[in-house]
Amino acid sequence: MIVRLLGEGQFRVDDSLLTQLNELDDTVEQAVEAGDERALWAGLQALAEAVREHGEKLSDDELAPSDAVIPPEDLSLEEARELLQDEGFIPDVPVEQPS
Amino acid sequence: MPGLMSRLSLIFKAKFSKALDRAENPNETLDYSYEAQLRQLQNVKRGIADVTTAKKRLELQYTSMQQQVEKLDGQARDALKANREDLAREALTRKAAVEGQLEGIMQQGQQLEAQQQKLIDGEKTLQAKVEAFRSQKEVIKAQYSAAEAQVRITEAASGIGEEMADVGLAIQRAKDKTDQMQARANAIEELTATGALEDYTSSGDDIDRQLAQISQTSQVDDELAKMKAQIGQGSGAPKELGGEEAT
Repeated sequence: MIVRLLGEGQFRVDDSLLTQLNELDDTVEQAVEAGDERALWAGLQALAEAVREHGEKLSDDELAPSDAVIPPEDLSLEEARELLQDEGFIPDVPVEQPS
Repeated sequence: MPGLMSRLSLIFKAKFSKALDRAENPNETLDYSYEAQLRQLQNVKRGIADVTTAKKRLELQYTSMQQQVEKLDGQARDALKANREDLAREALTRKAAVEGQLEGIMQQGQQLEAQQQKLIDGEKTLQAKVEAFRSQKEVIKAQYSAAEAQVRITEAASGIGEEMADVGLAIQRAKDKTDQMQARANAIEELTATGALEDYTSSGDDIDRQLAQISQTSQVDDELAKMKAQIGQGSGAPKELGGEEAT
């Protein structure tokens, strides 16, 4: 499984890590619902650390899409809410097609 | 409602699969997406240059605010020498307000520094990936049937699209941060320029403001006492003072 830490890059992690990541993801979501920024940051940091510790960084010539994407560790509550509500948080990348 | 992690990957997937659905001739798609990548890479470089420029401007502003602090300190001293404690208090109050804000700006500046380094790393990675795409597209063109090529193009192009979006987002966040700092710095400059003292604790509610005022007042009292001791107040008659805005 390939996981992207936004702002940092992609990591290849064993599928067995998914359960742990999902649990941490749940705590992050609860933190957003509770409006608790400290808990949000702690959760995001735990996610990033789990990936860094158990994962291996993808080399620059690998061009694979990620199976999971983890937001930056200093995501503000406002940004997190934006993220859960609409797609505006991620900038559009125009892919031009031959006409 | 899905968690942030799953939500984010869904957004990414949706964005890039949508863009590739319409691909017709795989070879053309490859060349066009490579050209688009090169253009986007230029945008990324420009974005990083913008952030760097904004940061430099903030550094200059920070230096000029530090000079303001020194100037206010000097004015307070002059005022005391002239037996104008009211003016000295005014100057020290402003000094405390500016100093408080400067500290916040410095902390934000350090965060920005770290982000900037990540941006530069991100640009390097992106550049390497675009280069990898360039060589892989030739392999795909030469070695695969149209159907197989389609699968590989989708993989490679979504991978690189994701990388672009990642760096793009990082640039956007760094820009937002410099904008916030800029607004804050401008507010302080205005404060020291116009002498409007009401807004120096503009964030926070009334209680915060009052607490900040109390702590600033005691800081000012302490400093006044210290200056008085240094100057040896009471010696000599009051002198003429050019006014608080005198430079």
